[in-house]
Amino acid sequence: MSKPVIATATLAGCFGCHMSILDIDEKILDLIELVEFNKSPIDDIKNFTKKCDIGLIEGGCCNSENVHVLKDFRKNCNTLISLGECAIMGGLPACRNPIPIKECLEEAYLNGPSVKGHNESGIIPNDDEIPMMLDKVYPCHEIVKIDYFLPGCPPSAELIWNALTALITGNEMELPYEVIKFD
Amino acid sequence: MADIINFTIDGKECVAEKGTLILQAAQENDIYIPTLCNYEGVKPQGSCRICTIKTNGQFVTACTTPVADGMEIENNTEEINDLRKSIIELLFVEGNHFCPACEMSGDCELQALAYRFQMMVPRFTFQFPKREIDARNPKILMDSNRCIRCKRCIRAIKDEKERSIFAFHGRGRNIEVHIDPDLGSKLTDELAERSVTICPVGAILPREKGFRTPIGQRKFDHEPIGSEYKY
Repeated sequence: MSKPVIATATLAGCFGCHMSILDIDEKILDLIELVEFNKSPIDDIKNFTKKCDIGLIEGGCCNSENVHVLKDFRKNCNTLISLGECAIMGGLPACRNPIPIKECLEEAYLNGPSVKGHNESGIIPNDDEIPMMLDKVYPCHEIVKIDYFLPGCPPSAELIWNALTALITGNEMELPYEVIKFD
Repeated sequence: MADIINFTIDGKECVAEKGTLILQAAQENDIYIPTLCNYEGVKPQGSCRICTIKTNGQFVTACTTPVADGMEIENNTEEINDLRKSIIELLFVEGNHFCPACEMSGDCELQALAYRFQMMVPRFTFQFPKREIDARNPKILMDSNRCIRCKRCIRAIKDEKERSIFAFHGRGRNIEVHIDPDLGSKLTDELAERSVTICPVGAILPREKGFRTPIGQRKFDHEPIGSEYKY
């Protein structure tokens, strides 16, 4: 039997959830025995080369590129998992959500204390090459169907390990109280 | 001698004094019913509905309904727990609850209930409302983003003349808890500390004292809320 294939991506996140994947310490050697990685920042494979069994998504969707990547993952992964608070509820990037996008951009490029007086032409970057900012940061499940959710900031290595091994072996997942935390 | 009555919770035989509220009667029989707007020593109001139980085919709040002789109460059932979970989820999407950035994370009753009911993601759409932070008071900081309008502070924090220091402002979904500028400016250290303690979430915070308890030593780090009860 061929190994299950895992893909991972970080959208509007801080890469902390990926660090938590690595935080399984020496068990990463077991993981490599059990699974094969495809598109992921961990192995630097940029595009899907085959259909994957499990996709792990870190971060919510704050721009058009995030939406594109997320939809690509949904298309190429049988099971898609929201990993961490940002993917689940927007997380810290979503702190901008109650503020209109126009105000956010003006604060960042025109009025903020670090830019005031340094952007004389008053330009807010709007090149076609730059991904378009969304009106707010969206949790992943509000864009595509997500199968499972692993909360935490970051989710503990134990929670990620338990979830992956349960999925791979087909056993029920262990959820001791201390592994589910939102911080 | 007071009248002793018999009733059952999830089939378990219980006794209580006549007139006891269901919540208290359950606690006396070592049974946990989750609460949020309720606080010991403060008159119950039954507004958050987390303590909802089912008796005689009807849903009622355990914190405001007295127990009756022969009452059969359903508490820890799939139906009721899902109802409670949906209330928690509604509270999460209705405000801005960014747990990773909140000083009360780990000590927050709303979060603890979400842990207990294993909320992995709310089933409702996030609202991300625009709410204000009020940092004018010299002793406490009010963050409306996290407020769940349980009215615990309004009901419990009074000055020496029994005047409420906190009050509702506005109506409907825009309602907010405000602090009276006059009474608030005379807030004693003791009352400030009590208002921080009485807030179930992180909507009332002490100033200049962030993140007082290290991770691992917080109230709900190791044991679920309600662990003090056997059932």
